[in-house]
Amino acid sequence: MKNKKLMGNLITYGLVIVAYAIVAYLLHAGRLTSLVKGLLVPICVYVILAVSLNLVVGISGELSLGHAGFMCVGAFSGAFFSKCLQDTLSFAPLRLALAIAVGAVVAAVFGLLIGIPVLRLKGDYLAIVTLAFGEIIKNVMNIFYIGLDSNGFHFSVKDQFSMGMEPGGEILVSGPMGITGTPKDASFLAGIILILITLFVVLHLIDSRDGRAIMAIRDNRIAADSIGLNITHYKLMAFTVSAALTGAAGSLYAHNLATLQAKKFDYNFSILALVFVVLGGIGNIRGSVIAAVVLTVLPELLRGMANYRMLIYSIILILMMLFNWAPRFLEWRERHLGRLFRKNRKEE
Amino acid sequence: MKNMKKALCIASAAAMAVMLVPAQAFAGEGAFHIGMIGPLTGGAAIYGSAVANAAQIAVDEINEAGGIAGFQVEYNPQDDEHDAEKSVNAYNALKDWGMQLLLGTVTSAPCIAVEAEAAADNMFLLTPSGTAVDCITAGDNAFRVCFSDPAQGTEAARYIGEHDLAQKVGVLYDSSDVYSSGIYATFRAEAQSQGFEIVADTSFTSDSKTDFSAQLQTLMDSGCDLVFIPFYYNEASIVLKQASDMGFETQWFGVDGIDGILSVEGFDTSLAENVMLLTPFVPTAEDEATQAFVAKYQESYGDVPNQFAADAYDGVYIIKQAIEQAGVTPDMDASEICDAVKVAMTEIEFSGITGDITWTADGEPTKDPIAVVIHNGIYEMM
Amino acid sequence: MSFLSYLLKGVSLGSVYAIIALGYTMVYGIAKMLNFAHGDVIMVGGYAAFTCSMTRGMAPLPSILIAMVVCTVLGIVIETIAYRPLLEAASPLAVLITAIGVSYFLQNIVLIIFGSNPKSFQSLVKIPGLKLADGALTISGETIVTILSCLIIMLILTQFISRTRMGQAMLAVSEDKGAAQLMGINVNSTIALTFAIGSGLAAIAGVLLCSAYPSLSPYTGAMPGIKAFVAAVFGGIGSIPGAFLGGILLGVIEILAKGYISTQLSDAIVFGVLIIVLLVRPTGLLGKRIQEKV
Repeated sequence: MKNKKLMGNLITYGLVIVAYAIVAYLLHAGRLTSLVKGLLVPICVYVILAVSLNLVVGISGELSLGHAGFMCVGAFSGAFFSKCLQDTLSFAPLRLALAIAVGAVVAAVFGLLIGIPVLRLKGDYLAIVTLAFGEIIKNVMNIFYIGLDSNGFHFSVKDQFSMGMEPGGEILVSGPMGITGTPKDASFLAGIILILITLFVVLHLIDSRDGRAIMAIRDNRIAADSIGLNITHYKLMAFTVSAALTGAAGSLYAHNLATLQAKKFDYNFSILALVFVVLGGIGNIRGSVIAAVVLTVLPELLRGMANYRMLIYSIILILMMLFNWAPRFLEWRERHLGRLFRKNRKEE
Repeated sequence: MKNMKKALCIASAAAMAVMLVPAQAFAGEGAFHIGMIGPLTGGAAIYGSAVANAAQIAVDEINEAGGIAGFQVEYNPQDDEHDAEKSVNAYNALKDWGMQLLLGTVTSAPCIAVEAEAAADNMFLLTPSGTAVDCITAGDNAFRVCFSDPAQGTEAARYIGEHDLAQKVGVLYDSSDVYSSGIYATFRAEAQSQGFEIVADTSFTSDSKTDFSAQLQTLMDSGCDLVFIPFYYNEASIVLKQASDMGFETQWFGVDGIDGILSVEGFDTSLAENVMLLTPFVPTAEDEATQAFVAKYQESYGDVPNQFAADAYDGVYIIKQAIEQAGVTPDMDASEICDAVKVAMTEIEFSGITGDITWTADGEPTKDPIAVVIHNGIYEMM
Repeated sequence: MSFLSYLLKGVSLGSVYAIIALGYTMVYGIAKMLNFAHGDVIMVGGYAAFTCSMTRGMAPLPSILIAMVVCTVLGIVIETIAYRPLLEAASPLAVLITAIGVSYFLQNIVLIIFGSNPKSFQSLVKIPGLKLADGALTISGETIVTILSCLIIMLILTQFISRTRMGQAMLAVSEDKGAAQLMGINVNSTIALTFAIGSGLAAIAGVLLCSAYPSLSPYTGAMPGIKAFVAAVFGGIGSIPGAFLGGILLGVIEILAKGYISTQLSDAIVFGVLIIVLLVRPTGLLGKRIQEKV
């Protein structure tokens, strides 16, 4: 049992490392198209997002629709950090590592603060409150102005004039415009390392005593309560770790684009992350990795379809959901494609 | 749900295999490859589609008339969903296609992200409608057709001040939108040196742009005699309807985003009576080029073109003129073309349906805004 | 006086949320699923009514009826193809994600058919507004019709559920699907009927939404849809009077927040109030308390 689990985890790590090796080789040989090259970092970001959301949705069993908010604070704090240190700290990998750490810590603080009230709720009500928090974060970030001049930092939540800046001061965060000109420090290698760290943290947590407690609470809260597990403590642990990892992903995201706007992180974005998790299999970490890759690449593959691109994407999404979840299809699959899936069956 | 991952594995492997096919077969085909990026789906699709359609018309005309300096033009519009990340993906996809010049992107924030990439690649970029200053600041490869946000805000404030349109001005803007808040910021800065006072500034966000009654109430209570509305016509059509329902009578002053309001299907144009706006393009202008373009656009796509379409139509012809001036050929690579064309851009004097334009080396256009007022459902010059 | 005026504006905005929320809460109450595509069905209703009344020049009432038929059929088709196969799925999240897929699908198919240019919807409500206090306060005809429609729909729905066999069947299905089936109730057709009614309501909501806020684009339904969903949760999702109350309160809070606090933060304030309400009353204002069983 123990060995099998270890085996499964090793396969997941191996999958990521092999994928990296193949891509790195192709990159080196100049065989990748620009589109694929450009997609590498976003894919890493979405994989981390999917894995960390799966920790909340699959392992802890709480439906969160507010992970975009954690990504938002992670992205903004990381980008802000890099922008401030752009001149003093010129070694990009170190700056990126620190920025990711900053993003993770800030998101963790938000996760903790939001988790305390939210985790008292259940089911769809919990989902809607996380959605509400995510939207609040987006709305507030959207009107945040931070400027820097010789007198130090200036803040405003109204417009750039209320900051009372000296002429010549630099506006670092500019409301709806967000942060422009973040150094492009992100790389595929950094993304892969962050994925491995995320997988290590999440898989380690699942296999630990704490992880078993978290899953026990998910499976039967009252029973877990009655044997003396501190429910709030464990739920909060999963939620905060997930928020921190999402924040790290956000910081990586921000260092891949020259511009960052809070608008991006709306509820649709949280839902997108949830789509990865559900399609990949709730509680299945490896599935999340694969689903995130497939769903990030799919709309790009459909570029040839011109105007029908998003229409076809939506149809494929519905079909994939039916194929993977509908009991009738699962039965059909078992009967006709049994051979293809038999090996996996045994694993379960 | 473990048995699904194999299916996903197969799907992703197939996906990767497709993406690895190199698309390098374009070189030497003897056609200029012009790419276009803009939102063709999503909430901002109105603007991207207008640009994509109008550019298509211009490209077809050019190809029919023998191409640019004897070479045909290949044109490829790509969707970015008004999202910076998707926009960079679209840019990369176009690079794989063999793009040599880029018309885009349509909206500001994605444009900033794409321009950072394009500057690094030394790819010529001409944005028809990216108004934020930073859209073209990352390198000297980028130019724009439309006015920048500061130019519009300043011009509007100056126009109101110099023509003594009002003493007390109210502002309603979209605080979650880069374009709208950018114009508002410069409008307010310029207002200080003009002879009017901003008595109320109210805003809305893209999440709550169906109901403006609270903002209109605030504006009404402030006693302003002109309201500056720097946002797009989609929202403006609701604002005007609600103001009329409330019995709020004032002067409305908009910028180029308002252009297009008269062609919204089903819009009661009497609501827009006396609305003033600064726009580079007047679809009812009587010159031959504008009329031909409007007629063609209507025939092909069924709508009256807005200023996005006009900017894009001009944009393609600007690229044509700059290419001819630079004397480049399609067998050159994108970077060589860019080096020659960006010099040519500062030398040409372009005359199109959005006016007579020249460019400075920083990429900003120099042209005169046209102030129009809506009377009986058509534009009249002021 | 300006407070009263804001209040009235809040009620008129809230009435639109309320009528959308009724459809949401109806479907949730019976089928126990969050139908994220509901906002987009509303949008389709708007387009159907627009095509009838503006393009074909039909009278308001037939236009609304045709829109209702279109949406009802659409609702049944969506339920049969996309949702029903997943009702027995291992996780209720599966059907939620499929609903999101349906939402993308509707937006994009309308985008392709009607184009991205917004349509300006001429109000189908021909009743003049009310002017109070010498014209300082106005209530538009749309608001009056919307509130009246809400009340009538509420009355019909509650009567339908408590008085008819079909309604009783719905109630039974919402309590316990398995037991309902054993009692000889056709669960599938009952849920399909729920979707049909919910979608028919969406058509009415679409017409009233577009009459009050006359801009129609493929994305028109999305944001009001999510706000109405919040309103339904606010009032206690599954509760029909709760949806009405939640909608009105949400509109009033939103407008007052815009008028007195900040137009930029009005949404944040609305969501903040929602969070506080749910923390105090975890199942919404009029929601049923859930007894925990061991």
